[in-house]
Amino acid sequence: MISIRDLYKIYTYQQGKGKIAALDGISLEVKAGEVFGVLGQSGAGKSTLIRCVNCLERPTSGSVWVGDEEITALSGTRLRKARQRIGMIFQHFNLLSSRTAAENIAFPLELMGYSRLKRRARVEELLALVGLEGRGDAYPAQLSGGQKQRVGIARALAGNPNVLLCDEATSALDPQTTRSILELLRDLNRRMGLTILLITHEMGVVKQICDRVAILEAGKVIEQGTVSELAAQPDSFIARELFPQRNGFKPRPGSVLVTIAFRGETANQPLISDLAKRFDVDVNIISGTVDTVGGQRVGQLHVELSGKDVSSALDYLQVQDLRHEVH
Amino acid sequence: MLDPVLMESLWQATVETFYMVGISALLAVLFGLPLGLLLVITAPNHILPNSAIQKVLGSIVNVGRSIPFIILLVAIIPFTRLVVGTTIGSTAALVPLTIAAIPFFARVAETALLEVDRGLIEAAQSMGCNHWQIVLKVLVPEALPSLILGITIMVISLLSYSAMAGVVGGGGLGDLAIRYGYQRFDTTVMVVTVVLLIILVQIAQYVGDRLAIRLRKR
Repeated sequence: MISIRDLYKIYTYQQGKGKIAALDGISLEVKAGEVFGVLGQSGAGKSTLIRCVNCLERPTSGSVWVGDEEITALSGTRLRKARQRIGMIFQHFNLLSSRTAAENIAFPLELMGYSRLKRRARVEELLALVGLEGRGDAYPAQLSGGQKQRVGIARALAGNPNVLLCDEATSALDPQTTRSILELLRDLNRRMGLTILLITHEMGVVKQICDRVAILEAGKVIEQGTVSELAAQPDSFIARELFPQRNGFKPRPGSVLVTIAFRGETANQPLISDLAKRFDVDVNIISGTVDTVGGQRVGQLHVELSGKDVSSALDYLQVQDLRHEVH
Repeated sequence: MLDPVLMESLWQATVETFYMVGISALLAVLFGLPLGLLLVITAPNHILPNSAIQKVLGSIVNVGRSIPFIILLVAIIPFTRLVVGTTIGSTAALVPLTIAAIPFFARVAETALLEVDRGLIEAAQSMGCNHWQIVLKVLVPEALPSLILGITIMVISLLSYSAMAGVVGGGGLGDLAIRYGYQRFDTTVMVVTVVLLIILVQIAQYVGDRLAIRLRKR
């Protein structure tokens, strides 16, 4: 649905003397109907990336396709028409303070030339869709952050876009509101088949609603894939962010430190007692977590193995198809 | 208390003041607002960045703002004759008042329009707005409360400018104060006109403030 191909954005400063690549050769495919997250620190280039998708910023080179339209090749009226088919929501909601919630939602409909009567009907529909029935007459200043973002979502969806871009849409919200907004987005994604591309610096957002994720660092994608799969790889960026690490723990002489990753079924096995019973090993648990990521149970366990049979125990992990890493 | 002749001239002066300030304020908004809009949208990183236009317009506005009003009043007499066909009276005073007020309001409008959050413009662009729609549906409505306050400031400045209109026989309250109150040492006229001016300023400020508060939904 969204195809980003070899995208570069080079900023020059001091009359071309200095150059900095905000986007350094990015290629991503967002499939129709999925929630795709781009995770990165501030300054990683994710903001520039999402703005290139609807050409709020022009990439230096490379192309962006949405559906079968090459957005980066468009300009003028054709670009504006294309933008009407791409919804966007923002960290600071960006609602017009001089308009009520309903008038804000009607804004894109005005641009599309809806009649007053059709606008009113569509706005009512959208208010209901985002759970703001009866709040249409409130001004943004009278709404909470979560409600403002709901207005933002309704506004973005007014023209029935196939794609929704979310620019740090929950970063200004408290954890509970963040959850409810993410639930709403997830729900819209499932019910309407809406394709969502979101950028965030919060792992929690990726964990809660993303099907796939790309990690952005200094303008480059350093990791991408299905969230639950990445979480189940002990050495992935996602797993390191998601699970507590060894914090410099050093195994005692004669013992080894092993990180074991679980996913789905294997998370429910009595692994530790299994190891202790089958082999002559002592298992010392350093730390461990099991979490639900992308609807799957994923976990990571750091254990210290010692005793005579350590190598057979490690072979056993291999046979059991448990991803693990010996430190 | 006041004799009928004085009452008569006070009334006439008040009407003249209203006429000069009202019309010139209206014209200043009509021409100054587009000028302020151009100054804003041609700035770097705005919707129509164009540093050449921005610099030229900025310089013109600065020149307009640096000429002392009393000098402008006299200097543009030929132009005034060309525009309104006369060089004396309230109508003649209108021309320099308007000329002085346009760059003043352009700057005031620029400041008000710059306050509009860049995020709103970005959101409008993401919805497919063209430049006109951004100006008419986002910039002006969002800046309206500040623009109203700016108009208030301008109206009050015009009230004091209009006092100098006497130089071209423009009349008005300020002129009355100077001619009767100051030059003829008529304390009563002086005090009455100044009090009237104070009341007018208070009313203008009050109306402007109330309107801005009503419009500001933040």
